[in-house]
Amino acid sequence: MNLSIKHLLGLEGVPREDIEAILKTAFSFREVLERPIKRVPTLQGKTIVNLFFENSTRTRISFELAEKRLSADTVNFSATGSSLAKGESLKDTVRNLFAMKIDAVVMRHAVPGSVKLLAQFVEAVVINAGDGTHEHPTQALLDMMSLQEKFGRLEGLNVAIIGDIRHSRVALSNIYGLRTMGANIVVCGPPTFIPYGIEELGVKVTYSLSEALSFADAINVLRIQKERQGKGLIPSLREYRNVFGITRQRLDAAKKSITILHPGPINRGVEIDTDVADSEHSIILHQVLNGVAVRMAILYLLLGGR
Amino acid sequence: MQIKNLPHKILFKNAQIVDPFQEKVYQADILLEKGKIRSIGTNLSVENNVVVESLAGLTIAPGLVDIHAHLREPGYEAAETIASGAQAALAGGFTKVCCMPNTEPCLDTQETVRFVYKKAEETPIEVYPIAAITKGRKGEELTEMVELAEVGAVAFSDDGNPLQKAQMMRNALEYARLTGKPIINHAEDLDLKGDGLMHEGIVSTQLGLPGNPALAEELMVYRDLRLAEFTQARLHIPHVSTAGAVELIRQAKTRGQAVTAEVTPHHLCLTDEYLRTFDTNAKVSPPLRTEADRQALIAGLRDGTLDAIATDHAPHVIDTKETSFDLASSGMIGLETALALVLTKLVVPAHLTLLQAIKLLTVNPARILNLQLPSFKEGAEANFIVFDPEEWWVFSRKDIYSRSQNTPFLGMELTGRVKAVITKSHHVII
Repeated sequence: MNLSIKHLLGLEGVPREDIEAILKTAFSFREVLERPIKRVPTLQGKTIVNLFFENSTRTRISFELAEKRLSADTVNFSATGSSLAKGESLKDTVRNLFAMKIDAVVMRHAVPGSVKLLAQFVEAVVINAGDGTHEHPTQALLDMMSLQEKFGRLEGLNVAIIGDIRHSRVALSNIYGLRTMGANIVVCGPPTFIPYGIEELGVKVTYSLSEALSFADAINVLRIQKERQGKGLIPSLREYRNVFGITRQRLDAAKKSITILHPGPINRGVEIDTDVADSEHSIILHQVLNGVAVRMAILYLLLGGR
Repeated sequence: MQIKNLPHKILFKNAQIVDPFQEKVYQADILLEKGKIRSIGTNLSVENNVVVESLAGLTIAPGLVDIHAHLREPGYEAAETIASGAQAALAGGFTKVCCMPNTEPCLDTQETVRFVYKKAEETPIEVYPIAAITKGRKGEELTEMVELAEVGAVAFSDDGNPLQKAQMMRNALEYARLTGKPIINHAEDLDLKGDGLMHEGIVSTQLGLPGNPALAEELMVYRDLRLAEFTQARLHIPHVSTAGAVELIRQAKTRGQAVTAEVTPHHLCLTDEYLRTFDTNAKVSPPLRTEADRQALIAGLRDGTLDAIATDHAPHVIDTKETSFDLASSGMIGLETALALVLTKLVVPAHLTLLQAIKLLTVNPARILNLQLPSFKEGAEANFIVFDPEEWWVFSRKDIYSRSQNTPFLGMELTGRVKAVITKSHHVII
């Protein structure tokens, strides 16, 4: 199986066949992960750098685990804020690393476009592990895999994305991926969290949580960054929870079963209550396991054939 | 580029002359003697000791005038010097360039203004400094405008730093009346701009880059227009980029207000769509806008709402562009490409005639800053360019004379190539 893409920079423009191939491969790696010996020799001799210019725990660990399960050699480079000082050339930093003959790089950076910039500088497969508020394609793919697992389809599925759409790479990648796969999307949050012109991407906007819930087969609840309150975008986390928080009471009022996803880490009691996050409708922990499988699939498909 | 002294007498034959002074285009020969036009007309006879050059198929226009460039000297000589900026200017056909004061130290004293003139004397072009409105461009205390004007400051601007305080803007406009020079305020409400890195629209939404709304410019343009009207002062609005701003200026002119405005070639040629490449060379301030804005800018040029085209030539060393989008510096170089971009994107599609385009690059900007332009008359100083409006060429690194290479236009096919420049008794062959 070959993908039409050479790098995974985002899901914008990635064709349906590629997404289907990634998901299909991911499900077969899921089986590997259920075995007593969880390691396959697929990427033996390949070297992958995990280049994290922004803090991350779960995404970095998930990638590292995926790389180890595929028997690749991995190197980690973390440089947050201070060490990549203002004005220092990203190109210089990265070219130095790549003088060491790397096959692939998994990169996270706080600024949109940085991963694309990297792909222009280096001769290696580049995978976006999140570039600021732009895209986070592996997160969206694992979300889609989890939905596929739960519902057996993505076509025609009704998904509501709830929270700070404007500052969310998870939302944007989910919108691209799910739209390509034929799902219907509603985004929901206060107007200060809805970016300009988002409807043009084929989604509906609602400021009413109950409307979003009555539409949805599944909801993807985004983490609310606490610093947004300081920027005057919302008056308080308390009011946010009162208007947009996912609570047992609101779910009961929808009078149907709604599947709950969350990219983590969860602010319990803000965007979602603990009892709901841990309830039988939540597939949050499936997402975590699927994350490893999806990342294995991407690494395999982009690196394996070479 | 080859810079020679003009021969004692030289006769240019059979050129098409685009004459924005008389607003007409005609065929003529031009005879120069001692750097001045001795005669102009058809079939001039060849005298003894005259160098004759045939310009059949080529066009002559006045030396172009740029009222908005950053030449970076003093202080940022790694990006540009007055000498290298002059070469870039010549390559693009500019013989008069006004430089912005955001240097280090900035142009807020007589010494720094004199320094620019002194450096420019060594070049074949004229450079006119625009001095700062406030000391250190900090927006707090007015510069000594009268004395700055006495040594040749042609206007006042804190360019790059929009004057945020309305009271200070009012004072600057009122005080500058003593000098007769315009105030040029970079019109952006920095508070509303916030951390915006590109135009706020569907493209910023898709790229996840923080948006800078059109309103940040328009609110400031409105404020400045009303303050200038109230104080009866001369306001010039630089690099207009939005449809709303064009409309505000149109309304002010309809009311009879003495305001002028300029637009850059890049705002006329590119839109925010281009930023899908994340090319930091196209990070500019104000940002590239939408196609609807671009169309409004063209309409503004056509109906006279926008008076001139100015480059906002902004050289930056490559390191400050080859970095993440937030850290990348703002601006692109523009002197080398301005004429060709205007011809390719505005004259070829018939938005403007060649004569209109030349007016927007010569007499109109000169009038805004009251610069004297020698015309095509006997006795006038020879100051003109020779170009081929129909020669297609691909803009490449070898065409760049600026010390910096920050331009998104590399590799673009353009029409209109400057062949020679006659300026200050020099004959510059490009």
